[in-house]
Order: sequence, then C-alpha cells, then structure tokens
Amino acid sequence: MITAGIDMGSRSIKVVLLEEIKVEGAPQLQYAVKKAYMMLPGELDADEAAEKAYNEALQAAGLKREDVAAVYVTGAGRSQVKFATEGVTEMTAGARGANYMFPEVRTVVDVGAEEGRGVKVDAAGKAVDFAGNEKCAAGAGSFAEAMSRALQMTLKEFGEASLRSDKTIPMNAQCTVFAESEVVSLIHASTPSQDIAKAVLDAVASRICAMVRRVGIEESIVLIGGMAHSAGFVDALKKALDVEKILLPEMPESISALGCALLAAERQH
Amino acid sequence: MIANNGYKDGSGEFYISIDTDKCIDCSADRACLTACPKGMFEIITDDYDDEVACVKKSFTRSLAFDCSECKPSGGYTTLPCTSACTPGAIKHSW
Amino acid sequence: MSAELATPAAEEKKEFWRWQENTWFDESKNWRDAKIITCGIDVGSVSSQAVICCDGELFGYNSMRTGNNSPDSAKNALQGILDKTGMKLEDIHYTVGTGYGRVNVPFANKAVTEIACHARGANYMGGSKVRTILDMGGQDCKAIHCDERGKVTNFLMNDKCAAGTGRGMEVIADLMQIPIANLGPRSFDVETEPEAVSSICVVFAKSEALALLKAGYTKNMVIAAYCQAMAERVVSLLERIGVEEGFFITGGIAKNPGVVKRIERLLGIQAVETKIDSQIAGALGASLFAYTLMQKQAKAA
Repeated sequence: MITAGIDMGSRSIKVVLLEEIKVEGAPQLQYAVKKAYMMLPGELDADEAAEKAYNEALQAAGLKREDVAAVYVTGAGRSQVKFATEGVTEMTAGARGANYMFPEVRTVVDVGAEEGRGVKVDAAGKAVDFAGNEKCAAGAGSFAEAMSRALQMTLKEFGEASLRSDKTIPMNAQCTVFAESEVVSLIHASTPSQDIAKAVLDAVASRICAMVRRVGIEESIVLIGGMAHSAGFVDALKKALDVEKILLPEMPESISALGCALLAAERQH
Repeated sequence: MIANNGYKDGSGEFYISIDTDKCIDCSADRACLTACPKGMFEIITDDYDDEVACVKKSFTRSLAFDCSECKPSGGYTTLPCTSACTPGAIKHSW
Repeated sequence: MSAELATPAAEEKKEFWRWQENTWFDESKNWRDAKIITCGIDVGSVSSQAVICCDGELFGYNSMRTGNNSPDSAKNALQGILDKTGMKLEDIHYTVGTGYGRVNVPFANKAVTEIACHARGANYMGGSKVRTILDMGGQDCKAIHCDERGKVTNFLMNDKCAAGTGRGMEVIADLMQIPIANLGPRSFDVETEPEAVSSICVVFAKSEALALLKAGYTKNMVIAAYCQAMAERVVSLLERIGVEEGFFITGGIAKNPGVVKRIERLLGIQAVETKIDSQIAGALGASLFAYTLMQKQAKAA
C-alpha cells in the first residue's frame, strides 16, 4: 500500500510518498520512503501548488494517483487542499515523524520558516503537550534568513559563520521588527559578521528554548524543520537548552510530511 | 494604581498586576523580593513618590517563559509570589 | 520629456514612512511675562518632543525624529523651539524628561515615566473628563486609566512587539509606497470594507499584504485591511483594563483617521477631540509635572 503525506509549510511544500511493506514473521508493519519531494509554491495559491507538488512527486516516483490509498495533509495551509483525505495538526504529524526516525524521542523541536514550537511526545509518538508562538516571527527561521540576507550570506553560510564566533552579544528586542534595527546598528558599528550571525542565532535559539521549557525539556530531543540544516543554530540551541545532544534526522524539513504519510497508512487498518 | 507589567502577543496575555495601593505599606516585609525564584521583583519609587514593587524591566517581555518554572503548562496550585504577598497586591493574568 | 520625468523619478526614492516634523508656539503670548517657565522633553524610540509651558499653560513645542543618541535628540528637540521663540536654556526654571531616553536628558531636573506624563498631558489636552487613554507610540502601545486630575489609576503597556505601534504603520507605508500621512484617508477610499489581515505579527502581515495584492486587492483595500487589523489589535489590549467614557488617543497614530475611526467603530465610543498635536502629549505632561514640582518647591520654601 502507498500513502502520501503533504506538509503545506509557509515557505515550501513537502510531499512524502510511503510504501508499506509486509515482512513475513515480523511483528510490526514496516515502511519505506518511496519519494520525498519539496517545492516552492511561487505565485500559485495553496490548492494549485499542492496539486502541482503532489503530481510532480508522483511522477518522480513513477506512481499514479490511483496507486495512493490515502493523502494526509498538515501545515498552516492544510484546509485549502481539497483533494486531501484528511488533515492533521503540525504537532501530531511532527511527533509521529520524529518518533519514526528516533523511537526514543520525548521532545520534538520544530523550527520552520514562520513557526517554531516545542512538542512533548509520549512513547507511542503521540503529541501530549505543546507550546508554540504561531503568530509571532521571533523564534522562527525567517528572522534568521532576513538577517543573513542583510549580511549578504546564505542561511548555511550564516550558520557556519556563527560557529567561528566566540562572542556573546545579547539582543534586547523580542520582536523581529525591532531586532532588525538592532542588527542594522551592529552592522553600522562594524561588528564582525560572524559575531552578528551568532547573536541572531542565539536570539532565535533562546526564544525557541523558552517555548520548549514550557512543555519541559526531556531527552531525547529531536530537531525538525528547515532550521535543522543550520549547524550554527543547532549549536546555539544545544547551549540554550543545556543538553549534550540533539538528534537530527535526515531531511529534517520533511519529517512532518513523513508523519502524515505514516498516520495515513496506520489509519487504513 | 494598578500596574500591569507584561505583554500580550499571539500566544496569549501575560501580565503580572500589582495594586500599588496595597503595596505601599507592605505588611509582608517585601516578601516578594525573595519569594520569586527568578528575582523578578524590585522596589522602585514611582512617579507619585511611592515606594512600590515592580517587575524588573528585563523580565516584562518574557513572562510566559520566565514564570514557567512555577507555572508549567500542565497546571499549578500555588505561586510563590502571590502566596508571599499577603496584602494581595500581586495577581497573574494567566 | 525626459526632463519632466526627472521629478517624479526623484520622488520615488523618498522615504514613505517619514512623517511631518513640526514646531509651533503661541504668538499671542510673551514668554517674558511668565513667572514660571517649565519644559518637558519626551525622548521616544521614534520621535522626540520638547514642550514649553508658561505658568502651567502650553506655550510652544517642537517635534522631530529621534536621532542616534538620546542626549543629542533631547538637545535638538529643545533647540528647535528655543530658536523659534528666542528663549534661552537659562530661561527655563525646571525640566522633566520622559520617554525611553528619559534618564539620558542631560539638562533635566527629574525623570518621570511616559505613562504618568501621557495621562497628565491627555488630561490637559482633552480636559478633566478624560478617563481612558490609548497611547500608540513608535515602539509600544499603552492603555491608561486616570482620575479627574490626570493621575494614573490603572495601566498596561505592550512593548514586546511591533504590532499596534507606529513602527508597524511605517513598515506598511514603505511596503505600499504611500506617504504615511495618506494611509488613513486612503483606507476609506474602498467600495467594501475588507476583512482585517489575519496576522498579528507585522512580519507576517507584510507577506499577507503582498498575497492580497496578488489576489487582486487594490492598495487602498490592503491599507484598509491593515488599519482594521491594527484597530482590532489595540482594542484587544484595551479590553484588559476596560474603556470608560472620556476616551482619548495620544501618540503619532492618533493622526491616522484610518485607525482611529476603526477603533471608535469597534468600541462604539467617540474619542475626545483636541486641537493640539497628539504626538506631544508625553512632553506636555512632563512640562506640567515640572510646573507642579516648581509649585511644591515654592510652597516648601
């Protein structure tokens, strides 16, 4: 059986096509990711973009729409996707996906372009509690991205640069709009760019950490979402949470879509 | 005067209100200063020359998180600051 | 043809967020006749004002954008009005500083919080009937209750976030490429009132505004949707302390009818009107505080 999970993120759309494999004698069903696909919606509206991303993913996997038993969708724009079988929250999807990659996970930290949240997960991979700040850009990836652009760096370079800094410059503003002016004045004061990069990533990490603290920090911790690609951010988050280790899955941005596909498969039984 | 220290944002309303009329002649010997594990309170002279308790500026924008130790999202029973303030000047909005 | 085009092209580069700086004084009065001359300086995050009062009555003011540092902004704001009236710093008996930079006003005798000053200023501008004050400043938003003498009885401030502040309005002016003073009038130039943009956060509202333009909204409709969102945002802030009759709005956004009218509509209450520039409320309050302090000193002596 094939199922699909779609994550309608604020920045990009992620599609995961999952195949269920029956192994003789194995107590549990096994799954294999057939295809993980990511697309930027560009000018398209949510439903059209989802349609396009889904079709492209199917094509890349050599599948047809009728091969797919169920399509589950998550993310901020999920209600606009008309062809989906069912919608699930980002917390549920992220928790299930993280649990699949790392069964020992108890805390999922999800940092995407416009949202950041901490989710407490039980042994079965169910989200039991969460804290997020969905209506505020502080503590989300787009803030780091905007700041990296101000320094004419990619988000990746920005993260790497921050690792070269050992300075701690505290940022006072809680709001992204106000923090932007703080960064501008740092640039004007000829502060080295690696120190600014560290200050920004520390600020994002401290805000994320504060959210996670509300649900309680329990190991193992898994970081998902696009910001997991930034080595500098992972390092800053480790220090903020005061933990030795943060588990990073492969393709961190697609974990919620994977969680969706898993939930779709499990609910067919 | 009721001084609401805190903020409101997308995740909710987070204010610690201090009724300064109850706070001026503190009968609890300023117990709030030591009761708060984060040391959030300080005594200031306000605009009308009264000595009253106040939440330190550095905490007013992050109360939801700073108070989370006494107030995990799973629920709480008593708070150190409101219990210590026997005149009942301190109140939380969330 | 190309020469004629040069002017509008040059205009395109202008800063749409930039609001009018201004100076005014009461030419019917002679400050030399006054017994007590007091000054209030409000160094805000975005704008700075200096207000001169003669015997507890407004005499003149200067309002300008805050510069890189507080002491200079305070000096420049005051110099603007001194130059216009021919007054000297030594002629001022007492100065109170207020606003974010209040402790950095070098020539101030005392610093008072902007909350107390706004209440006092609003009490002067709107009269003793004023009970609820909404101050929409550059980087914060305050709701204040006061008594008939302008003394604060209840207040709250939101300085965590740019939503519901002048800074948020400036961002939209820049995005729409429309001078900030035109935003209010243009927000009413729509056939149907659009729904408010859903995001509280300025950063997200920005991307939402762009999406609305793409979806065929006119600029005016987007501005209307944004003004409505801002009005809803500050009204939700007011709800915590409640609104009593005698409602007064201070700060730069009081000059934006697009937001003010929508706040009045949401509250079902008319704001008290005044002829005085709403942006000087804080500095005016500070100047009046200075006058009271002088009187107290005189009594004690």
